[in-house]
Amino acid sequence: MTFESITDAQAESNLVAAEAKFQPNLAGRYRLDAIFKAATIAATTIAIAVLAWLMFDVLISGVGSLDRSFLTSFPSRRPEQAGILSALAGTGWVMFLVAVFSFPIGVGSGLFLEEFSGDNWFARFIEINISNLAGVPSIIYGLLGLTAFVIILGDWTGGRSILTGALTLTLLILPIIIVATREALRAVPDSIRQAGYALGANSWQVIWSHTLPTAFPGILTGVILALSRAIGETAPLITIGALTFIPFLPEGPLDPFTVLPIQIYNWVSRPQKDFHDLAASGIIVLLVVLLVMNSFAIFLRSRFQKAR
Amino acid sequence: MLPAAAIEDIRGKGFISCRSPPILNRKLLLLQLLMSAETPSSKNVHLWQANYESAKTLETIIRVLCGFFAVISIATTAGIIGTLIFETIEFFQEVPLWQFLTDTRWTPLFASKQFGIFVLMSATLLTSTIAILVAVPLGLLSAIFLSEYASTTMRKTLKPLLEVLAGIPSVVFGYFALLTVTPFLQEIFDFVRTPIPIPAWLDFLPFTQYYEPDFFLELPFPYLEGFNALSAGLVLGISITPLVASLSEDAIYSVPQGLRDGAYALGATKRETILAVVIPAALSGIVASIILAISRAVGETMIVTLAAGQNPNLGFNPFVPVMTMTAYIVQVSLGDTAVGTLPYKTIFAVGMTLFLMTLTLNIFSFWFVRRFRERYE
Amino acid sequence: MLQDTSSPAVSSAAISVEKLNVYYGSNLAVRDVYLDIPRNQIAAFIGPSGCGKSTVLRCFNRMNDLIASARVEGTIRFEGMDIYPTGEAAKNFDPVELRRRIGMVFQKPNPFPKSIYENIAWGARINGYRGDMDELVERSLRGAAIWDEVKDKLKESGLALSGGQQQRLCIARAIAIEPEVILMDEPCAALDPISTLKIEELMAQLKEKFTIVIVTHNMQQASRVSDRTAFYNAEATDAGGKVGYLVEYDDTEVIFGNPKEEYTRDYVSGRFG
Repeated sequence: MTFESITDAQAESNLVAAEAKFQPNLAGRYRLDAIFKAATIAATTIAIAVLAWLMFDVLISGVGSLDRSFLTSFPSRRPEQAGILSALAGTGWVMFLVAVFSFPIGVGSGLFLEEFSGDNWFARFIEINISNLAGVPSIIYGLLGLTAFVIILGDWTGGRSILTGALTLTLLILPIIIVATREALRAVPDSIRQAGYALGANSWQVIWSHTLPTAFPGILTGVILALSRAIGETAPLITIGALTFIPFLPEGPLDPFTVLPIQIYNWVSRPQKDFHDLAASGIIVLLVVLLVMNSFAIFLRSRFQKAR
Repeated sequence: MLPAAAIEDIRGKGFISCRSPPILNRKLLLLQLLMSAETPSSKNVHLWQANYESAKTLETIIRVLCGFFAVISIATTAGIIGTLIFETIEFFQEVPLWQFLTDTRWTPLFASKQFGIFVLMSATLLTSTIAILVAVPLGLLSAIFLSEYASTTMRKTLKPLLEVLAGIPSVVFGYFALLTVTPFLQEIFDFVRTPIPIPAWLDFLPFTQYYEPDFFLELPFPYLEGFNALSAGLVLGISITPLVASLSEDAIYSVPQGLRDGAYALGATKRETILAVVIPAALSGIVASIILAISRAVGETMIVTLAAGQNPNLGFNPFVPVMTMTAYIVQVSLGDTAVGTLPYKTIFAVGMTLFLMTLTLNIFSFWFVRRFRERYE
Repeated sequence: MLQDTSSPAVSSAAISVEKLNVYYGSNLAVRDVYLDIPRNQIAAFIGPSGCGKSTVLRCFNRMNDLIASARVEGTIRFEGMDIYPTGEAAKNFDPVELRRRIGMVFQKPNPFPKSIYENIAWGARINGYRGDMDELVERSLRGAAIWDEVKDKLKESGLALSGGQQQRLCIARAIAIEPEVILMDEPCAALDPISTLKIEELMAQLKEKFTIVIVTHNMQQASRVSDRTAFYNAEATDAGGKVGYLVEYDDTEVIFGNPKEEYTRDYVSGRFG
């Protein structure tokens, strides 16, 4: 060993000299500590304060025109008569279809990756592919929807219709649902699966009766969060050609439509202040819907975490 | 154990499909044996008529269906790339690539058409840079506060709040940028630019003799237009701050406590521990969150469309209207551009550029995380 | 060598503990510990899980301060200085300063995500080391008997080393700031037998210069390396919890050869624990 190379005398002098050689300057270091801590508090405060300012601003501007007739009127050239009825109906239609499409497809993909396929090249390829899709800007999905659903499949989808919008948004949120499903499935302890197999069940029987029910709250949380992302999306729907002025209610999935965020966009981009206030009212409605969805998801997750 | 004849008996009853894979077969056989061992009389065997065939068929159907669903995500990627490539090739048959890369103006909707993509890219770069300059310090410091300084209750309240804030639609931030932040900043700019009168008692200063007594000192401060990259970039930054904060906090919080203890045991203060040990240990997660934020900022549409304007200006002046790549796609989509025309193809060429930018960021992030992730047990 | 635990020679004790009680929240975790750690010796803490031996160890460099609910009562003197002062003195006392003089090695090797060189140099730098840094790094790595293995890759990450090497790197990191005492919290629990042997040999060398307190689950290890051994045990409380206490503290030969307490005899002969 090399420790002997340090002589006793050296060791002695090291100890004696230690105090002189180390000058910790604690006062200066603590001053920096205090500054750093203050900076982290300031950053958090600024971020929250600005977002609170946003909320406050929207509330002040929007609460005035938020009444029953706002919710039950069609858009109009005259701000005092304008409402969000057709936008609400469009959002309702689109979200219903998105939920119907994305839930089975997303959960099925998640199941396939997590339960059915092993760790082979195909699964890895899909995995890389999904993580890449999650980083693609939403407006690019709009371009895909424009080509695939409006132009190529236009005869079936009705062109710039509710169905096209729903299909486009479904593709947009699929990666989120797949990732959430996989995480929820991964959190299910393997012992549950093995107990099922040990009773002679096949993999689908184990998944259907044990794995899925255990993972379900987690999956549902992911689906709700994904839907709340879809509900606020504007750019891809503008790209596929959702209209900004719809003075009627859509009657089926092949009808033209508008949605809440597009109606808000339309009002914000007008010069008159009255329309800006209508936009703020629309934002309040949108945020309330989002808040309800998010609270439900957070509630589900906290229950899920406690149960585990 | 059961005599061989009994096994034959079970086999003969057709309980076990010969087409089942051998391992499953053996497993089932064992199960049957165990059951039979408890109930030696072979009569009770008839009570166990599991339909393994139909269960197996159902499983196969589900398996294939789920596989098909998983393939949809590949089809999506293929669809995106195919669409973009197809229309982009069409575009470049009419507009040469060098013109796309070297023109200094972007006017595809005018009579004298020019296609300088850098005009749109400069705007995207400008708004994204401002956004990142806001989001990274705010997000990272907030993440450190939440993970290291905040009490448990505070963390448990603020963390879900962050996730809710990260989900606010961008059109809401667009409203905020255009109708709240821009007027607010304009007031500040106007205030700074307000000429300051030189009071008479300053006459003794040497330079005042050159001016008339009613001289006003005017600061050379710019004028902020109604549409500008500054407000758009600032609000864009605020909108992605919760994302950076939430994901970075995940990374920082998951650094093992043992590493912090190691630093404290050497006589480090809290700040020294955080900056020299915790942050480097969480670096791959933090960088991934920042890259995701950049790619969000680059692809963000509604804030920049609403607040930054629709004027394709080459340059990096944050006080004038500019047009980002995404804003251009929205502009064309809202107009009545016929399918197949040149302006229609431009949005795909722009989309392709945007896609390549975010793809590069994604690949870089993927590589970085792989390369720099520290493995702790 | 100390023979009589009841009247220790104060001058030879690096750390002396009087009537130590540690609470987590309102639960008493360890009660009534009295002991002296003599200078330049190795003291081992043994006992079953949950008997509070690590808790006591972590009091010596006030690592328990990092756990919000932890509370310490009693007196611990380090070189005659009360490290849990009360009242006015508490405001002037700084655990950060103390930790420079009492180093620690943890159960799981925890090298920083930095180069091997930086792992050693960082602690010295934050403590304002004035000497030659290269020389300090080499001396510390030599001192931890790992220099020959890493001298050609000082720029590589400390995480690239094997578990045993990582632990010796952590020891090198601890001795680089020239502490007077090194606390070791089950330093070999995560290591293979060969790495364990290396660390045990190292400890025998280190005690020339440092006072060492080691917590270990491994009774053979305690008997091999230590000069004195403290045996802790846990007993059930009325509230249904467990509280740790010091059963016996004596020369290692006495604890393993002829302990005074029956509990100790049962434990070291493997009858429980």
